Amino acid sequence: MAGTGSKLIDFEVRRPRQDVIFRATARVAGAMTLALMAVIFVALLVRSYRALHLVGIGKFLTTQQWVPEAGKFGVGSLLFNTVMIGVVALVIAVPVSLCAALLISEYSPPAVSSALKTLVELLAAMPSVVFGYWGLEYLTPRIRPLSQWLANHLAFLPIFKVTSSSFAGSTFIAGIVVALMVSPVLTAVAQEVFFQAPSGQREAALALGGTKWGMIRKVVLPFGRGGIVGGTMLAFGRAVGETVAVVVVISATATRQVHILQSGANSISAWIAETWGESNPIGISALMAAGLTLFLLTLIVNAAASVIVNRTAKAGGPSL
Amino acid sequence: MTVQHASPAPDTAKRPHSGGPPPRSDRLRLRGWSRADVAELAGALLGSFALTWLVYEELTTLSGGLGFVVCWFFAFLVTYWAMARNRLGAGAAGDRLAAATVASVGLLLVVGLVAMLVYVVAKGYHALRPQFFTKDQYGVSPLAKPTAGGGLAAIVGSVEQVGLATVISLPLGIATAVFLTEVRGRIGRPVRLLTDAMSGIPSVLAGLFIFALLILSHVLPQSGFAVSLALTISMLPTITRTSEVVLRVVPGDLREASYALGGSEWRTVRRILLPTARNGLITAAILGVARVVGEAAPGIIDAGSSPKVNWNPFKGPQENLPLMIYEDIKSSVPADNIRAWTAALVLVFLVLVLFVAARAIARRRPGGTRRPVFRFLDRKGPS
Repeated sequence: MAGTGSKLIDFEVRRPRQDVIFRATARVAGAMTLALMAVIFVALLVRSYRALHLVGIGKFLTTQQWVPEAGKFGVGSLLFNTVMIGVVALVIAVPVSLCAALLISEYSPPAVSSALKTLVELLAAMPSVVFGYWGLEYLTPRIRPLSQWLANHLAFLPIFKVTSSSFAGSTFIAGIVVALMVSPVLTAVAQEVFFQAPSGQREAALALGGTKWGMIRKVVLPFGRGGIVGGTMLAFGRAVGETVAVVVVISATATRQVHILQSGANSISAWIAETWGESNPIGISALMAAGLTLFLLTLIVNAAASVIVNRTAKAGGPSL
Repeated sequence: MTVQHASPAPDTAKRPHSGGPPPRSDRLRLRGWSRADVAELAGALLGSFALTWLVYEELTTLSGGLGFVVCWFFAFLVTYWAMARNRLGAGAAGDRLAAATVASVGLLLVVGLVAMLVYVVAKGYHALRPQFFTKDQYGVSPLAKPTAGGGLAAIVGSVEQVGLATVISLPLGIATAVFLTEVRGRIGRPVRLLTDAMSGIPSVLAGLFIFALLILSHVLPQSGFAVSLALTISMLPTITRTSEVVLRVVPGDLREASYALGGSEWRTVRRILLPTARNGLITAAILGVARVVGEAAPGIIDAGSSPKVNWNPFKGPQENLPLMIYEDIKSSVPADNIRAWTAALVLVFLVLVLFVAARAIARRRPGGTRRPVFRFLDRKGPS
């Protein structure tokens, strides 16, 4: 600062106007975010009006086919398949990521821990199209025996039943690929809250004669519960919105797919990318409506996740 | 709940062992490994491997692959648990079991993801030639070798689109972060919440939104710039959140000193806050770039691919790297499928470089404002 006495006085004269401008600019920037979200919603709504008007919202949410030319389309099956991929991804990603987060925050020496942390952050930034291609070329043939095994031994559960012998491009494989993509995100969030577990309580648990695992179960995990739940929802939001990785891996189907091991899967975002090139105006409007559905789904999931994570970060967990 | 300590060990830890049997120390170990621990781990690994081999490969008709590894893993856990129980008791054995499970599953994830990167390198480097960076795909026959042509069209597109997106979202993101840390007010909370929610908007929706708002209403043609705008939506929350974190850790003393000297809010932000947080803000920009450089969906919707280099981001289809990979995967030409790996390798390498750069800059100490790029911050104010 090159401030001198005379300038100080100068400042005081100018301060109000300068700061009024500054505050106004900053407010406008902040308000831009609010406005942008509103505009996204309105734009998608306006463009999907034609399609929604044609079939009605109720029909749109339940119809299980997609033939815009015939006026028969809806997200009934797409939404279901999207959520299925998300659920499969979470069933795999949550336990694995929690272990990875505990490994980073509790079980590794500081040097290893920070290296792993960096690695996880790096992996979270990897392009999804690369994950998709890897899933198609490497994973699909290698996961076949596992799918076969699950189909042979767990077929009494409807979701593991198969009606054809093709296992490629299934909800299961898409779920694994998406799980690998969201795991770094979930690991990063979980490890962050685990690190915040108060050291006083950790030491108290150990001093009372607890084992390390006992300490983790009684102090770290309860403290991090909000972070785990919030991180899981965040990961779910990512998983249902994942586009290119899913498009590349799946064999797209327009029907509801209950059997996760069987070839044929889909998600809203994948369907948008897949059919974009060949759509006429009504088809585009229908895809906009599908996009609007996805927008609302991710918005709700993410906002809830953000509230939960932030609340935990502030509240400081349970007291002993 | 038992812990392995009993007999008082008269500070054996401090003295170096001078021959004889190693002194037995039963002191509580919070970290580090004793020799017995290492031996137990190795023994459990070897023993369970041998057992699994015997049962799985020799005694039953099963063979190979994933099943073997899974069985080995469970056999290992049981062996390890039993050995620990024998030596240390049930409580400690449970502790060991948990540690072994958590560590192996966690490592599995990290190793699996790293293996994926190695796979990309292994598949990609064969067809990577210097001309990948200087030639485009225009006029390359489907029967040509995978090394023919190059990815210049995609590289030019990626650089221009991501560059434009950065130019738009960096000032906006930093301004929003300043708003969140310095101004706040009534709309502070909703802005924070929606920034978080915005970071979860799938890129395909960002692309769809730009199409709905600008392209369908003929404000913009399908072009690289439309893609930039879509990328801005994905980039903005990343930059805002990272900047907010770095601005928040600027010591309050500095702000107070500035105010005490009579500095206005604006001058404090421009002369104190932003220069102090400079490295962090550069990191935020790089992380934003890394976040969007791999997004293919906006390109699919807002631009469309073209094999020929298009230098003009405001007109005509313009490819980018992820879009090129996507198109090449979908292509039925085998050479294209190989080119997709090459482009994937280049893209992964790019993300890696960006990431390392971000880390390196974030770690530098906060300095003055002497770097040429930021010299404008040194200029005297309008006073």
